[in-house]
Amino acid sequence: MGNVGQSVTRLDAYDKATGRAKYTDDLCDKSALVLKIVHSTIAHGLVKSVETSEAAAGRGVVRIFTCFEVPDIPFPTAGHPWSTDPHHQDIADRLMLNRHVRYYGDDVAVVVAEDEVAAARAARLVKVEYEELPFVLDVQEAMKDGTPRIHEEFPGNVLAHTSINKGDYDGAIREPGLICVDRWYETPVVQHCHIENHIVFAYGENGRLVIVSSTQIPHIVRRTVGQALGLPWGKIRLIKPYIGGGFGNKQDTLYEPLTAFVSQQLGGRLVKMDVSREETFVSNRVRHSIRSHLVSWLRPDGTYVARKLECFSDQGAYASHGHSIAAKGLGAFPQMYPCPHVRGDAYTVYTNKPVAGAMRGYGIPQAMFAVESHTDDICLALGLDPEAFRRRNIMPVGYRDNFSKNENYFDSFNQCADRAVAYMDYRRKAAAYKKQAGPVRRGIGLSYLWYNTGVWPISLEHSSCRMVLNQDGSMQLQVAETEIGQGADTAYAQMAADVVGLRDYRDVHVISCQDTDVTPFGLGAYASRQTYVCGFSIRQTGQILKDKILRYAGELTRTPVSSLNVVDSNIVRQTDGRILMPLGDLALEAFYSLEHSEHLTAESTCQIKSNAYSFGCCIAEVEVDIPLCRARLIKIVNVHDCGRLINPALAEAQVHGGMSMGIGFALSEQLLFDPRTGRPLNGNLLDYKLSTFMDHPHLEAQFVENYEPTSPFGTKALGEPPATPVAPAIRNAILNATGVAIDRLPLNPHILFQRFTEEGLIRDSWREEK
Amino acid sequence: MKDQFRMVEFNLNGRDVAHVVDARSSLTDMLRNDYRLTSVKKGCEVGECGACNVLIDGECFNSCLYLAVWVRGKKVRTLESLAGPGGELSDLQQAFIDETAIQCGFCTPGFMMTAVEILESGREYSDDELRKLLSGHLCRCTGYENILRAVRKAMHRRLEGPAPARP
Repeated sequence: MGNVGQSVTRLDAYDKATGRAKYTDDLCDKSALVLKIVHSTIAHGLVKSVETSEAAAGRGVVRIFTCFEVPDIPFPTAGHPWSTDPHHQDIADRLMLNRHVRYYGDDVAVVVAEDEVAAARAARLVKVEYEELPFVLDVQEAMKDGTPRIHEEFPGNVLAHTSINKGDYDGAIREPGLICVDRWYETPVVQHCHIENHIVFAYGENGRLVIVSSTQIPHIVRRTVGQALGLPWGKIRLIKPYIGGGFGNKQDTLYEPLTAFVSQQLGGRLVKMDVSREETFVSNRVRHSIRSHLVSWLRPDGTYVARKLECFSDQGAYASHGHSIAAKGLGAFPQMYPCPHVRGDAYTVYTNKPVAGAMRGYGIPQAMFAVESHTDDICLALGLDPEAFRRRNIMPVGYRDNFSKNENYFDSFNQCADRAVAYMDYRRKAAAYKKQAGPVRRGIGLSYLWYNTGVWPISLEHSSCRMVLNQDGSMQLQVAETEIGQGADTAYAQMAADVVGLRDYRDVHVISCQDTDVTPFGLGAYASRQTYVCGFSIRQTGQILKDKILRYAGELTRTPVSSLNVVDSNIVRQTDGRILMPLGDLALEAFYSLEHSEHLTAESTCQIKSNAYSFGCCIAEVEVDIPLCRARLIKIVNVHDCGRLINPALAEAQVHGGMSMGIGFALSEQLLFDPRTGRPLNGNLLDYKLSTFMDHPHLEAQFVENYEPTSPFGTKALGEPPATPVAPAIRNAILNATGVAIDRLPLNPHILFQRFTEEGLIRDSWREEK
Repeated sequence: MKDQFRMVEFNLNGRDVAHVVDARSSLTDMLRNDYRLTSVKKGCEVGECGACNVLIDGECFNSCLYLAVWVRGKKVRTLESLAGPGGELSDLQQAFIDETAIQCGFCTPGFMMTAVEILESGREYSDDELRKLLSGHLCRCTGYENILRAVRKAMHRRLEGPAPARP
């Protein structure tokens, strides 16, 4: 009964270590026709005409579809559960190909050809005539009167605006003697950069469309393809093989509708869309750039009196996940450092930039950067110690959120901070580093993190599970929650083995590939939800299967069911622990008995109406070369409380990956745009500075394991949280080293040069001479 | 049209093979499409990510930047060559598994083939040197931490001589 909590080897390790694991492209027959999209070369405008005759005449070109030929059915793309309440449905604001193009890289036409070369050649020969419209790239500019309207139905380009109001902010700030800290923070547009680009192929089969896609959300994409094509959802079958990373980009409907549409138009022929790296950067999804304005009012002793947050989230050209991202960040604000008077406003605003969607952390990396940078700025203004100030104001034990009903059961924040502080020797270093002079200095910085597991009560949370017993006492397990590299399947097997009473998690054969025809309905990989929500359905379904096994065992052994149990794959009499028979013998009898034959299976759905806070802390140490304007990360630790660890080794690996994404977000990554044209400037892996082996020090991951009481297995979110505290910790370390507060990411030489010059640490002699 | 195709004879994972390929094909395309070697991954197709890395005459190359016709007469090794005839994992593959260095698995084959080159050099490298040698590969899942552990472990075991038999 001890599979959970062990660092067992992941189920797919052998296949991935030998290169035989099948990803989408590995499953596509060579006969597939190849699709290539013609993208918009302007940031905003109307397509007047698309001239295809020259392109269509090329050898190997089968067909070209333009934006004038796709169904006029706007569809939503966000990887959210559908809502039967029209007011809670995702915004449907795009077509498969768009006549009104809204960003440089929008989809205008698609070439179908016999091979990649023919498709690429033809795509270059398609001539698009536009009526250009003015465009806007800045989120707050886009809200001003007179700026171009990107979607007719959204005046001021505001997709959504939500507010929070607690207490009396305006009254509270009139208290005499308060100190006000008022600053703006901004995070850049970044991309997920999973190593496998999005890829999808589709074909017809018995009057239906079969789509094989590199997606995190098979059941959701089945629905959105049905919506986009105007087909009954049952006419779509979506298959999800192994995928080479997702990180939220594939928590969205990408090119599945267009690929399915082309196959449908060609009588069900096999067609494949293999998205290039350059297209992935521009024409898939990116992380929302968010500009945040934080105002804090404090008494001189460091007591919060009132706080205000305004944030402006850059949606780009289409709604995708829309306001959910900014709303999640806003929701974290009043909870992390509770304060009696809080006001918050979040705006999500269309601009003529690539579409922002879900990305690991879902608004929280942006919010943590603002909030945790601001926390250090407050300490600087009031002369307080950043660690002590945080400990004094952080969400207390027993704090309960009235909306989610989440409760802070343990002193996780302080426990995580204790571990991180000790590992890094934080206090000694923070004090010592304040007194430095000279060109190369060290600094150490701290950040907490807060994260909600799953999406309840904003949206549906449920999980469905199927278990099928085999003749040898092993079983198959199916859930709709997807393996995307994190090791989810292995965690499911460990949990299922313990619930049913199997000796070894490898006796649970997890069907890793989701197929909407046979996989129970469920939602997929997002919101750090899967281990938490699957825990419910695995326990419930496992209990049903175990009850059936025990009833059958009762028959065979003439023993009361209440005296029996399944332990280590044996039927055991509980009164004395005697093994009555191996589970495999029981299963074999159940399959082939001439008295009572029964295939022992179980299937159930568990709706989850709870949620859980996940907590953590990051401390980073940097070396800053002031004349070179370079910050180098030299030591870092993340400490997390994500409840009980189902698989400590996989959990540690998740933290490493999140920290790495946080390091890139902090120090180097950003997608840049030409202000004159709106054209993305660095949409490739040479010019976009993804962190490499050389940019990382040792990544230290540690855990505090407080058993989460709402989870059947004591677990809660870990997938996304590690990415969220890293950037503010590094930023605060640079502040500790240099006394310079930098409020914009990434902390690359360009921004360090600007800030160090402004603060007088270096002289910009070139500018002075001018 | 006739000139577009070439016969390419070479040694692939220890076996002499030949195939007629489009002269414009990359080595990635030939290995994936004509030899169905699924370990050779496409992540960028312009030499940025390292996912398609293979050994050509013992040296690592991004196969996406290497024309298929250029391997004529050469020895090409892919990840498929590492396991034994009965599917026994090599020490390197086992180290990647034991150190939890595999997540989505898409960058893994490329990393492993660079690691093969490192191990076969017979030299001991410092962590900093290993980081530099492995820096031609991008990974978004692991933060590179466990990949370093795996390569270091396999390197040390080989330098110490034959690994002790597994219990």
